[in-house]
Amino acid sequence: MAEERTALYDRHVSLGAKMVPFGGFEMPVQYESIKAEHQAVREAVGLFDVSHMGEALIAGETAYTTMQRIMSNDVSRLEVGKAQYSLMCNETGGVVDDFLVYQLAEDKYMVIPNAANREKDIAWLKQHAEAGTIVTDVSDDYALLALQGPKAMEVLQSLTEEDVSSIGFFRFKAEVDINGRPAIVSRSGYTGEDGYEIYCDSSEAGEIWDALLQAGESAGIQPCGLGARDTLRFEAGLPLYGQEISETISPLEAKLGFAVKVNKEADFIGKAALAAEKENKPARKLVGIEMIEKGIPRTDYPVYDHNGNDIGHVTSGTQSPTLGKNLGLALVNAEYAVLDTELTVGVRKRNLQAKIVPTPFYKR
Amino acid sequence: MSKWFSEEHEWVEMLNDDIVRIGITDYAQQELGDIVFVESPEVDDSITSNESMGTIESVKTVSDIYAPLSGIVVRVNEKLEDEPELVNTNSEDEGWLIEMKITDREELNDLLDEETYKKHIEDEGD
Repeated sequence: MAEERTALYDRHVSLGAKMVPFGGFEMPVQYESIKAEHQAVREAVGLFDVSHMGEALIAGETAYTTMQRIMSNDVSRLEVGKAQYSLMCNETGGVVDDFLVYQLAEDKYMVIPNAANREKDIAWLKQHAEAGTIVTDVSDDYALLALQGPKAMEVLQSLTEEDVSSIGFFRFKAEVDINGRPAIVSRSGYTGEDGYEIYCDSSEAGEIWDALLQAGESAGIQPCGLGARDTLRFEAGLPLYGQEISETISPLEAKLGFAVKVNKEADFIGKAALAAEKENKPARKLVGIEMIEKGIPRTDYPVYDHNGNDIGHVTSGTQSPTLGKNLGLALVNAEYAVLDTELTVGVRKRNLQAKIVPTPFYKR
Repeated sequence: MSKWFSEEHEWVEMLNDDIVRIGITDYAQQELGDIVFVESPEVDDSITSNESMGTIESVKTVSDIYAPLSGIVVRVNEKLEDEPELVNTNSEDEGWLIEMKITDREELNDLLDEETYKKHIEDEGD
């Protein structure tokens, strides 16, 4: 199957990006160096094309009850102009997908599916929508740019009359004029830094991308690929669907209980299973690990206790560009999830010592 | 000093009649990206051509290093333990991986000269 291209494909190629298939798209994994791009976001500002992410609208007179039925978080806490992190769970409490939910109007919401889950999510939303709710996949209409880093605000501000500093964290403004083009500007991101996510018409993405790169030049802006996006979110302890969460990993195991409101009135899908799991405590827990012996933990490497018993697996791992340490996230049997516990990670043919450390690894 | 190349993107330099120095090519380091860890074999390890003799880890992935020749390791580049980035910055000299005493001279015939290797990269890029 041929991969789709985002509206910015030609720009990535001319910037020298290495393109890789991801979630059905040909995406830039890096331009020059993952480390340099990572550092630019931590210290200055980086610009990402994340148009592979989907956008779906849930609208109609019953949109609110539909959302309360499908989302694990409490949609009543949203209001127009606010965003919320939420999970869409199955009956057993596994995660169908995780995403940001925006309330666009009294009776209209937008959710942002992961690229690889887009079709599954749309089908799920349609299947579970109440009569009077219409679900529309508008992914192809929108491009999504993420401007992230301590200098993101000043760069964006230079292109708009709107006071972007007044947009609070997890809040957004629609119809913001950026260099003459309308966009939804959300104060959010997936890097652990301050920043904005900008939803604009696909046909206008190129001009906004160019304007941001030009406006950010003196601030040291760097186009960033999915490689840096992954190391940044990893350090910040943000979950990646398919690794930290999946249909067989519950959000309570992944320490996302803050987005699971088992006490909300609405009977959302998975509520009974998650309420029972909360009551009995999850069987596994996501922990941070730091290697003591030399080696880098990677996704799916096995984790053992000091007697050699298999107690779980690594979900994500790398050498942290910011901290220079070999770190991982691991899903382990709950009784082992105690800080400073020593365990071993099966790194190919060898078992190497590691210990449990606090997460997130990085906090700004 | 002339170098020979493998299809798996290693270079081989003859130091004398039966000792070779091995590293990865500039093309390979570019493909790997930021290298953060090199796991080399140890001195006296016996290596078989086309089998994994170690791994190179970039920020993103782990890649096997396939032995271009068979032999016995006589020296490893210990600098790489603390400075794995040398493989990025100087892949074809200071960032060498190991030296070994080859045990099957016939295998030298399977290596590519520089021109053929360059053509191999172009073909792979298509």
